[in-house]
Amino acid sequence: MPALPPIRPEDDRCAARDRPHGAFDPQGEPEGGALFEYLLRLGDDSLILGQRLGEWCGHAPSVEVDLSLANVALDLIGQATHFLNRAGEVEGKGRDGDALAFRRDVLDFRNCWLVEQPNGDFARTMARQFLFSTWQKLLFRQLVGSKEELIAAVAEKAVKEVTYHQELASEWVIRLGDGTEESRRRMEDGLAWNWRFVPELFEMDDLAAFMAERGIGADLAAFRADYDAQIAAVLAEATLQPPPGQRPILGGRRGHHSEHLGHLLAAMQFLPRTYPDAVW
Amino acid sequence: MVAAARLDDTAPIWAVLAEVADPEIPVISVVDLGIVRSVEPDRVVITPTYTGCPATRVIEEDIRAALDAAGYRHVRIETALSPAWTTEWITPEGRAGLRAYGIAPPTRSAVECPQCGSADTEEISRFGSTPCKALWRCRSCAEPFDLFKCH
Repeated sequence: MPALPPIRPEDDRCAARDRPHGAFDPQGEPEGGALFEYLLRLGDDSLILGQRLGEWCGHAPSVEVDLSLANVALDLIGQATHFLNRAGEVEGKGRDGDALAFRRDVLDFRNCWLVEQPNGDFARTMARQFLFSTWQKLLFRQLVGSKEELIAAVAEKAVKEVTYHQELASEWVIRLGDGTEESRRRMEDGLAWNWRFVPELFEMDDLAAFMAERGIGADLAAFRADYDAQIAAVLAEATLQPPPGQRPILGGRRGHHSEHLGHLLAAMQFLPRTYPDAVW
Repeated sequence: MVAAARLDDTAPIWAVLAEVADPEIPVISVVDLGIVRSVEPDRVVITPTYTGCPATRVIEEDIRAALDAAGYRHVRIETALSPAWTTEWITPEGRAGLRAYGIAPPTRSAVECPQCGSADTEEISRFGSTPCKALWRCRSCAEPFDLFKCH
């Protein structure tokens, strides 16, 4: 990873002045309405990570791992289907989950940076899963009480599945971290790669705050301490040190993404864009 | 729930549903799997097992076909997500069917090998051939088997 420039005092002052930190542009009322936008965030996280995990199909280190990753991907794509179908209903322009998944361009995606990160090796994939599923489980636990019926129902159903994802990923973090010299080095690298995307998971921008106040969205700060404790406990068991704090990278929720997302979409959207309205 | 409902005028619809097999586990019906949440004279409410289970859509199509064939074209199928499906809803008949098919039914206590009945078993992989199953192995008879995950 190339070295990042140091953070100078004037950068800190600039960041403190311009909230939310790292935002590229001021926020106005989202075009399709706040609920539509919030559903896209939930759905796109699941969709993009599901697609990423699907890339492992047929390439995992063993058949059991192959099955595990494909199954986690299925669960995530199931969540995405529910969230995005509902987003389409809320928007009221006749788009369904498929239209939102396959016919939006990169700037219209609202997923966090963590999920779009390339798989790297198996350790990096598992580090990403560990950081994400631990967060998603705590998120869904809170969303079970959402006033938006569909969000509450999906959260209630999916929280059990995500618990499985978290356990699977935690076990691999421990096994690789507390494993051989090479497996340990790879897990350290995997965590180091993904660590800078964790702050974005807890970003409470205006939209997130707006939805939380209305009892629809989650108050992310409420489970930050839980998250940190769970991550720390697994890392301790894996005999790993948490990576040093890094400059957080934000922007996914407002459509600013890494260069990796476009490549992912190219693969994911190729068929429905090349053969519009193709059906099985 | 199932037994009581069969006594009223929805009994013939229940009978049709009892003949619809789960596409992944053809030895048990959608009723025994606990997918059918309620039946009324004009609608059937079903629930998906796992959020991303690809069988969900096939199940709905199979139920539609069975209802149509039995003359219940007017009965609509609705999907309800909440309350979330749990393996507790699998009937005793369903559990027996799973075991006979070589799949250990969901359990919170010791997992018994569906081949030889031994409780000396171990998990190979948390995920198996479908989202609802984990891969296990029997240490007594050395056979691998699927465990229907407790969910």
